[in-house]
Amino acid sequence: MTVFKLAVVSAGLSKPSSTRLLADRLAESTVRQLALQGREVEVTVVELRDLAGDIANNFVTGFPAAALRGAIEAVTDADALIAVTPIFTASYSGLFKSFFDVIDQDALTGKPVLIAATGGTPRHSLALEHAVRPLFSYLRAVVLPTAVYAATDDWGAAGDGHTDGLPRRIDRAAGELAALLAGRTPAEPSLPEQVVPFAEQLAALRV
Amino acid sequence: MQFGIFSVGDVTTDPTTGRTPSEHERIKAMVAIAKKAEEVGLDVFATGEHHNPPFVPSSPTTMLGYIAAQTDRIILSTSTTLITTNDPVKIAEDYAMLQHLTDGRMDLMMGRGNTGPVYPWFGKDIRQGIPLAVENYALLHQLWREEVVDWQGRFRTPLQSFTSTPRPLDDVPPFVWHGSIRSPEIAEQAAYYGDGFFHNNIFWPQEHTRRMVALYRERYAHYGHGTAEQAIVGLGGQVFMRKNSQDAVREFRPYFDNAPVYGHGPSLEEFTEQTPLTVGSPQEVIERTLGFREAVGDYQRQLFLMDHAGLPLKTVLEQLDLLGEEVVPVLREEFAKGRPAEVPDGPTHAALVAARNDADEKKNEKAEVAK
Repeated sequence: MTVFKLAVVSAGLSKPSSTRLLADRLAESTVRQLALQGREVEVTVVELRDLAGDIANNFVTGFPAAALRGAIEAVTDADALIAVTPIFTASYSGLFKSFFDVIDQDALTGKPVLIAATGGTPRHSLALEHAVRPLFSYLRAVVLPTAVYAATDDWGAAGDGHTDGLPRRIDRAAGELAALLAGRTPAEPSLPEQVVPFAEQLAALRV
Repeated sequence: MQFGIFSVGDVTTDPTTGRTPSEHERIKAMVAIAKKAEEVGLDVFATGEHHNPPFVPSSPTTMLGYIAAQTDRIILSTSTTLITTNDPVKIAEDYAMLQHLTDGRMDLMMGRGNTGPVYPWFGKDIRQGIPLAVENYALLHQLWREEVVDWQGRFRTPLQSFTSTPRPLDDVPPFVWHGSIRSPEIAEQAAYYGDGFFHNNIFWPQEHTRRMVALYRERYAHYGHGTAEQAIVGLGGQVFMRKNSQDAVREFRPYFDNAPVYGHGPSLEEFTEQTPLTVGSPQEVIERTLGFREAVGDYQRQLFLMDHAGLPLKTVLEQLDLLGEEVVPVLREEFAKGRPAEVPDGPTHAALVAARNDADEKKNEKAEVAK
């Protein structure tokens, strides 16, 4: 059976970053849960920090430099995406949004996306629901029900009466992604430039 | 193979002096540049068409007619004629008139235009850009080939018994290129009609240009106009030269850094690496340009963008001297080497008339045989 391609986008800025840590944990859990069903996954991590200049330049020039093009293709060709951003000023970071701004708006249609975020305080957790989820809904991605928010404290805390601890939430979200993927077949490699035959373009205009 | 220049016609402040030319100065500069292009032995001058500041060339046939009267040899063209927002009837008339006045020394390149507000200014909708390009060109194509046209479409009032005047010179319509940067639909359109395909080749990586041209060539052959190698391909290019490479880089850098299109983005070095832009000695320009053939195959027309980003007229004229004296003669020689005989030259009115006459003769012969 062919291998699933999983793209992981992390918009963390420091090195090491808790955003990347969360992204890795989610990817790891997804791979583990699919392995239990005998499915293989190839993970490609895209660190947006390394592409910050290229992303800004793409806005100015209208085309992606080679490294950014590779990252965009990794995301658009993937069977699923894990997208993790730090919460800045009540929303995703500007860099995170900018990366998705330079991707074709139809390129994520139907793609399973697990969204996650990090922040200094648990009070920003709903930014995932109010900002990140609508972004991917707009792109017609299939956003998984569980979004994972990790506040600084979560890294050293068990759950409480209201919610599970971070590891359980990671496994739950990754489990949803694994279950969705398990029912699918890995995507074929993308085809080269397709055109609509001209006669069809003309015919479409006949009133 | 034809070599020439294409101008956007932007009025841009010279970042090294802070001086902005007036519209009048810029328009006269474009004329001076076109005349210089002929003087240094180039084959083509093409002007853009724009309907918003800071661009001056809103009225290409007026400008090209004026230049035609002051030149003898150079082919006058456009880069591009807006097939979306112009009435195809008016394009048919204006360019047929230009064709007569220039004795066939003209062609034109269709483009869509990507400035949103321009569309509603002309009563159109940018979201209909591709359908407009398709329908309007279909009408233009018909107007130049059929004397009396009955026509109905989606975007224009119907025509009953309409004759576009003047009829094309020698009954051979002007040659048409279709210019595009990223739309495969336009490559398909060019291929369908057996027209030329021009890739701007400036703002995007070479690999992208290669793919678009390959698509056009494949579809050209598919529609039976000839082999893929015989498709009519034009490329843009952007260069700045000085005898010494370092001088070129030093002098061009402030213009690059502040250029309206890509300024304040990637460095000159990054952009040179990622796109066909070449800043250096004439020899470097020659080598890079010869490399275009590796990417797209033997082609018919190479146009360079020389007058933009606020470069003063004096500098542009010096650039044209270098282009005409040191670069193009070598390119002509090198591009001719190993060029298969069946690959056509750049299109001219005389060649189109000859091809038409040949085709007519063959038809007559067949008719004779049939008798």
